[in-house]
Amino acid sequence: MDPFAAIEPRNSDRTASQSRFINMKLDTSGLESTAPHFGTSCELFSGFSAAPSFDLPVTTDFDGFQKESIQMVKPAKGTTTLAFIFKEGVMVAADSRASMGGYISSQSVKKIIEINPYMLGTMAGGAADCQFWHRNLGIKCRLHELANKRRISVTGASKLLANILYSYRGMGLSVGTMIAGWDETGPGLYYVDSEGGRLKGTRFSVGSGSPYAYGVLDSGYLISYNTCIRYKYDLSVEEAAELARRSIYHATFRDGASGGVASVYHVGPNGWKKLSGDDVGELYYQYNPVSTSTVEQEMAESSST
Amino acid sequence: MSIFEYNGSAVVAMVGKNCFAIASDRRLGVQLQTIATDFQRIFKIHDRLFIGLSGLATDAQTLYQRLVFRHKLYQLREERDMKPETFASLVSALLYEKRFGPYFCQPVIAGLGDEDKPFICTMDSIGAKELAKDFVVAGTASESLYGACEAMFKPDMEPEELFETVSQALLASVDRDCLSGWGGHVYVITPTEVKETILKGRMD
Repeated sequence: MDPFAAIEPRNSDRTASQSRFINMKLDTSGLESTAPHFGTSCELFSGFSAAPSFDLPVTTDFDGFQKESIQMVKPAKGTTTLAFIFKEGVMVAADSRASMGGYISSQSVKKIIEINPYMLGTMAGGAADCQFWHRNLGIKCRLHELANKRRISVTGASKLLANILYSYRGMGLSVGTMIAGWDETGPGLYYVDSEGGRLKGTRFSVGSGSPYAYGVLDSGYLISYNTCIRYKYDLSVEEAAELARRSIYHATFRDGASGGVASVYHVGPNGWKKLSGDDVGELYYQYNPVSTSTVEQEMAESSST
Repeated sequence: MSIFEYNGSAVVAMVGKNCFAIASDRRLGVQLQTIATDFQRIFKIHDRLFIGLSGLATDAQTLYQRLVFRHKLYQLREERDMKPETFASLVSALLYEKRFGPYFCQPVIAGLGDEDKPFICTMDSIGAKELAKDFVVAGTASESLYGACEAMFKPDMEPEELFETVSQALLASVDRDCLSGWGGHVYVITPTEVKETILKGRMD
């Protein structure tokens, strides 16, 4: 039996099983592992299980419902987001495309969510899930600020989110996010996902375009014959912004599900600032100036021989 | 994901006044990964006859080679080029030969027939011909192409306007498709001239 469910009998003449149904909304203990039941008040978890309790779906086929609902939140699956810590703070960048299968449903999605003036979240996975839980996190961070008269740490905020997401684990949420910000301890960066994972790190990339972004981030790109900008701690803000932009651009080029606008944010000691938002359509021709060449004759081998 | 969408493609052909245009995107991908951005899907059969092969790239190339072979045999025997209608029947027959293991291609055929009458048609992967008087589309961006062409097409366009229309329709459509785009390839064919153009497009 789930150890967190309140099963203390209130009336001595009631059996334990009867009172269980009084205290719980629905007996789904067989479906869950050790996650706390929502709506069940419990002293121990009141800190972070105060998330709004959603009604469980009215369905006989719970597994089928989960699969269907995961399909429904498919949009924004194709994404490239990245963030890295460097000398002057954290650089955060993302593309802006939302796709549903092969169809591009939007080219102007805000994938970098401003939680508060010192903290940013990135969005990959289900658009609605990310938007909702980041806003929810924003509320919790503000309440923390009012209660404690100081801003929440990035560590704390990311843990808040990770705990909420963990409590919904297995219910079909789809979130892959990075929480980046500046707190009393300096720059902070965490990766949090809906599987319950929470990782601290110096650089992350999330989404279908992330392998390409990592490629550029890690090995860099050549500015000239002997100068190569790659990820290192000692980058200036300008260099870091260009590296982030370049990484997103290369990911949008190779990844069909990423594109639109490459936006770059910087979080420093005085909070975040949006540095740029470049249309990738124009960025390509900026990085690859068109030389006036004649029409090349490809596939010539099959037609001429 | 369907095998027709494995590489991604967008092909469109449009009729004008005594001329026609055929255009395609330039992407070759493996699902969402872009492999090449200079891929050819439109092939010349002779000066007044073109075929665009959307769908699986490997089958498009194979099918093209078989079509060239059959057309050369025809030229040797008949000492003339194939009429577009005849060629469409040839493609159809070749496709139906593989009824139970088809080429995963949807062809678009466009040509100038007798008295410079433009001819366009498309087919499914097993050779069911679909003739059209205005435009035909194929590929992963076909839904968007239908919309764009439906909105932009006018009958009896001159070659210059036809080029502009078909280019705008193609570029607008592939911007709503993850699997096609990365530039465009346009051919405008008039009785006297074949004009080939490479379009710059969004590279994402």
